[in-house]
Amino acid sequence: MAEHKDSSNSSSNSSSNSSSNFSSDGNGASVLPAGTEAPNFTLKAAPDRDISLAELRGKPVVLAFYPADWSPVCGDQMALYNEILPDFREQGAELLGISVDGTWCHKAFADARKLRFPLLADFEPKGEVSRAYGAYDDSGVSQRALFVLDAAGVIRWSYLSPMGVNPGADGILAALERLTPEQRGASASTSASSGSRTSAPAATSSDAGAAR
Amino acid sequence: MSEEFGGARLSPPVSARDHVAGDANAPVTLVEYGDYECPHCGHAYPIVKSIQHRLGKKLRFVFRNFPLAESHPHARHAAEAAEAAAAQGKFWQMHDAIYENQMQLEDEDLVATARRLKLDAEQVARALEEGTWTARVREDFRSGIRSGVNGTPTFFINGERYDGAWPDEDAFVRALDQAAKQAPTGRTAS
Repeated sequence: MAEHKDSSNSSSNSSSNSSSNFSSDGNGASVLPAGTEAPNFTLKAAPDRDISLAELRGKPVVLAFYPADWSPVCGDQMALYNEILPDFREQGAELLGISVDGTWCHKAFADARKLRFPLLADFEPKGEVSRAYGAYDDSGVSQRALFVLDAAGVIRWSYLSPMGVNPGADGILAALERLTPEQRGASASTSASSGSRTSAPAATSSDAGAAR
Repeated sequence: MSEEFGGARLSPPVSARDHVAGDANAPVTLVEYGDYECPHCGHAYPIVKSIQHRLGKKLRFVFRNFPLAESHPHARHAAEAAEAAAAQGKFWQMHDAIYENQMQLEDEDLVATARRLKLDAEQVARALEEGTWTARVREDFRSGIRSGVNGTPTFFINGERYDGAWPDEDAFVRALDQAAKQAPTGRTAS
């Protein structure tokens, strides 16, 4: 529906090249475009565990906002991402699913679907993080919105899918592949751009995920 | 909708590596990304059969693997067994037999099916054990992701994702007929 990708690779303030249909889906919502610094957040990944976005600095991060656990379409989308997770990780990226469901609901859902990535609860205050990303729907749930963040926490690609449509993973993979080595936080690069590289060591230890 | 990042368009196009049923010069190519353990794919199986029958020489049908292995623990081996059968020249027989016995997908069931089809069943068993076809199945899966497959079954008509309701067979046939009319005569590869 509305895709934003970074037109220039490193400019801070890209005017997105797909400005024609600037992420408005009819109810006025508008997802943060490429070039924006991703708002930090701390959310529960399990009843007793928090994840902060800042912890993941140093590697690309995929944020997948979705309306709700258990709805059949969501299950499909998260199940699909679960399958393609090795390919995300091959790109060095971490995946976080985010909805307004509570942690116990997330846990039951993740257990049932054997999800191996964290589901974060944008539960209290409800939808606060989704709103910050322009990914909240007035009906009371997160929209189906995708963001690819680079290692410095800058949004490099965002996409808002119609509520009923599973956006698949092709856009995410293409966006990850477009990242420059520096944006990936490649350890090889000695051209340390700024002090923003904390190279957080797998704060979300891969497999533990939200489940188990 | 997703053309912007190349989604919803079959990639790579149908080629010699694919399993193809029907006339190579047919004006319409239907590609299915399917999972052998997926109940919806099981539901689609007789519909596709019927469509093949109805369109006859106008249609060639291609099947690519899209096992959602985390949800369907038998799907990957079933796909690999069909690939092993393909290596012995009987892909479609195996494909059909698996969909017709979707409740029996343990390794020994797959090998028994191979035996029933008069394949070298030992070779199929060994292929499953050794993962001979694992990479090929994963390759199919990845191509599906690239093409904008977002669940199973997903169909492509002449390279374009069909988002209509496939359980409506008549509508499906109309879409295929329409594609046949629009297709340039004398196909170039698609």
